[in-house]
Amino acid sequence: MSILIDEEKCIGCTLCVKACPFGAIEMRNKKAVILDNCTFCNLCIPSCKFEAIIKTDEFVRVADTSAYKGVWAIAEQRRNKICSVSFELIGEAQKLAKSLNDEVAVVIFGNNIANLVDELLYYDLDKIYVFDDPLFENFQDDIYSESLAYLSRKHKPSVILTGATNIGRSFIPQVAIKLQTGLTADCTGLDIDETGKHLLQTRPAFGGNIMATITCYHNRPQMATVRHKVMKPAKKSEVKKGDIINVELPKSIRPSRTKLVKSIEIIEETINLAEADIIVSGGRGLGDPKYFSLIEELAKLIGGAVGASRAAVDSGWIPYSHQVGQTGKTVCPKVYIACGISGAIQHLAGMQSSDVIIAINKDSNAPIFKVATYGIVDSLHEVIPALIKRLSNK
Amino acid sequence: MNIVICIKQVPDTTEVKINPETGTLMREGVPSIINPFDMYAIEEGLRLKGKLGGKVTVITMGPPQAKEALKEAISYGVDEGILISDKAFAGSDTLATSYTLSHAIRKIEDFDLIICGKQAIDGDTAQVGPGIAEWLDIPFIAFVKKIEEATKEYLRLERMMEDGYDIIELPLPALITVVKEINEPRMPSLRGKMRASKYEPIVWTSEFLNVHPDRVGLKGSPTQVFKVFSPKLRTKGEIIEGDGVDEKVEKLVSKLKEARIL
Repeated sequence: MSILIDEEKCIGCTLCVKACPFGAIEMRNKKAVILDNCTFCNLCIPSCKFEAIIKTDEFVRVADTSAYKGVWAIAEQRRNKICSVSFELIGEAQKLAKSLNDEVAVVIFGNNIANLVDELLYYDLDKIYVFDDPLFENFQDDIYSESLAYLSRKHKPSVILTGATNIGRSFIPQVAIKLQTGLTADCTGLDIDETGKHLLQTRPAFGGNIMATITCYHNRPQMATVRHKVMKPAKKSEVKKGDIINVELPKSIRPSRTKLVKSIEIIEETINLAEADIIVSGGRGLGDPKYFSLIEELAKLIGGAVGASRAAVDSGWIPYSHQVGQTGKTVCPKVYIACGISGAIQHLAGMQSSDVIIAINKDSNAPIFKVATYGIVDSLHEVIPALIKRLSNK
Repeated sequence: MNIVICIKQVPDTTEVKINPETGTLMREGVPSIINPFDMYAIEEGLRLKGKLGGKVTVITMGPPQAKEALKEAISYGVDEGILISDKAFAGSDTLATSYTLSHAIRKIEDFDLIICGKQAIDGDTAQVGPGIAEWLDIPFIAFVKKIEEATKEYLRLERMMEDGYDIIELPLPALITVVKEINEPRMPSLRGKMRASKYEPIVWTSEFLNVHPDRVGLKGSPTQVFKVFSPKLRTKGEIIEGDGVDEKVEKLVSKLKEARIL
């Protein structure tokens, strides 16, 4: 067991019992006891005001961490366009590299991507590793993960950052297993610890109700996927910089076992949720699916994307790809406008880290108002048209 | 077709709240549920069995009370439930968990397909599914929203992407993770409920699985939790008052402009 109770310090206050989400702490003779079903989630530790809960850690596999150098950002491209999260990763990699006094490199995969490599040269990088080959025309798990693992074994980076996109979250876990190292999912904060060596990776858990900072002290590279729209994008500079390294594929690389038959792009009139700085979402309060046209009109007018609550999706009013929340997408736009959404905790889990939340709902008791920066208690069928009218004549 | 579904028992996070005064989790009466995404995995497994025949086995790693999740799965029509449970597994991160589960799945004879939910709603990592596929060295596709065709040898499916979807073919055995769009889970049948009430899941321990002691639990986990804390609570904002909709909208717009939001 690695979580222990210091019986001398425990005063039997039961705060830890309440803090444990697994029911794994019990009071016996007015002292807390850790039970067998403890999962070492560590949530009890900060709950104790008397420092009576102690954590002991033992690690066996220790890599020579000093041999690993460089902060890598994986630039994701789809259909010959670099995704916006890639620039956020570069900005974050630059910040970390400064603290580590280390260099920044970008890795990019694709076919005929010289134009994208040229674009990356304006982002103050030290190195750009390029996989430019017909093999990388489309995203395929096997090929991407084998290639990145190969490159990482060869150059031994200290940190690898990837966007927490569908592509990133598909293949990066496999890279981490290949490299036998730690991976932290969907980070919203990254920093270097006080020793100046290790990455502190902060991420939400329990649908955003808890934040956890994760470390990977003894293994390298330290790998993280990073949530879209949270980090500041890198600034474009005037001058080109950076060594372009065209990576020769190893002969050992296996052909992909999965075959991409077709990649279908669904062109929407509004931008997609992940890329959006503004999201306008509709819920059951719309009353009828036809009113999603109001949501779309407002979204188009302010350059936003269209989101939806689970209730609206389950009613068949709008496709699942628009669903925001626990069983849909987690988004983090600058502005989130919730229209006719009551704000169930599952919905909040998907959007409560947005910078500004605007709620429009006729029910003044709707929980959405508890998280809203601005709220209007009125019928959305009147508010949205008025808002569209007001914003159209600037 | 022999199908293995990996599930996780999770606290029903809808009811997990933080006490704003003590900053601790309030978990009074928080029930445990099968991870919602895993319900779609179970349903898809049962549908494939319905078409192609075979057997559906559900497997979970967790404390002894996770048996309840397996029994619930039995009530939907799953054939067998296996609990991977050992003190040695406590504190496992996604590397150690996927290692342990992959060892257990190897013990299941002749599996053709492994289905996992996209992610668990407590940890939200989405890393264990792809991890298992990597340990087993089998093809893997995440975020599956539709299985277009299935035989005992191959699958043709649709993978959800941010900007649309991909149509992919892959040979079996393989592992897929599924999203909500793939199906609508069934309710338990009366017969299923009766079988579940008497069903005793199989339990496999560390010794039985013959896992390497340094690769499981805390020892086998490269990541560790450095600290946990409450997120910055959003303070209740401002309700915009006004005489009629137009005035409220006018006030909202000027506030947004003032704050340089729009």
